Amino acid sequence: MAVEVRIPTILRTHTSGEKIVQGSGDTLQALFTDLDSRHNGLAGRVITAEGGLHRFVNVYVNDEDVRFTGGLGTTLKDGDSVTILPAVAGG
Amino acid sequence: MTGNKAGRLSDVLRIDRALVAAMVAHARRDHPDEACGVIAGPAGSDAPLRHIEMINAERSPTFYRFDASEQLAVWREMDDRDEEPVVIYHSHTATEAYPSRTDVKFAGEPGAHYVLVSTRAEETADVRSFRIVDGEITEEPIELTGDELAVQTYKIGHTPTSIVYDCADRH
Repeated sequence: MAVEVRIPTILRTHTSGEKIVQGSGDTLQALFTDLDSRHNGLAGRVITAEGGLHRFVNVYVNDEDVRFTGGLGTTLKDGDSVTILPAVAGG
Repeated sequence: MTGNKAGRLSDVLRIDRALVAAMVAHARRDHPDEACGVIAGPAGSDAPLRHIEMINAERSPTFYRFDASEQLAVWREMDDRDEEPVVIYHSHTATEAYPSRTDVKFAGEPGAHYVLVSTRAEETADVRSFRIVDGEITEEPIELTGDELAVQTYKIGHTPTSIVYDCADRH
């Protein structure tokens, strides 16, 4: 299950500056476990200690916001493109 | 590969008057809710050129958040055009044009100029620019370019008579 993952500027410290990295996994959860083995700390920036997605990080599979497709349980298929974007928010 | 943007931060925001006027107009229109948006520019140029008004998904007078789907579309478009978000702006409708604690907490674009527009005064909006990196706020002067004869409905920082002001003693 080869998946392309687009990394936002603020998380590129975990990917040696790389904008796009490759990963694998049948689900988003598995993908982040795989990514974290090579890009230490990346999963922790996206997944909370309780095991959910951080509220202010957006994750998309292709064009879909994963909040509407099952969160970390979202299934992945070969060639999918995952995009991580920090939410732009404030008060 | 794109390098680390933090390495080429400039300490001033150079921006066309027309773009500042457009941000202020957007903020006025959405008042009393907060307005938000982006001004994109060629990657690495630090030049804000293309104004994109974003939907405030929160539709709130005290909070803003880009709509997640719209954000993806706009970020993709910037990527395709080899642009980046040079300015990220939002309004404060009852308080000063200074980043709030939540603004700092969620600031996720270390390469962007965070512009705050305060619409709390009816006649003249306040416009100020900041860098927000690793939880730290650094104010920077705004240098206006473009048509000087345009009607100005805002002031930059706290000094209505000067365009670039010294912010070294403000914290």
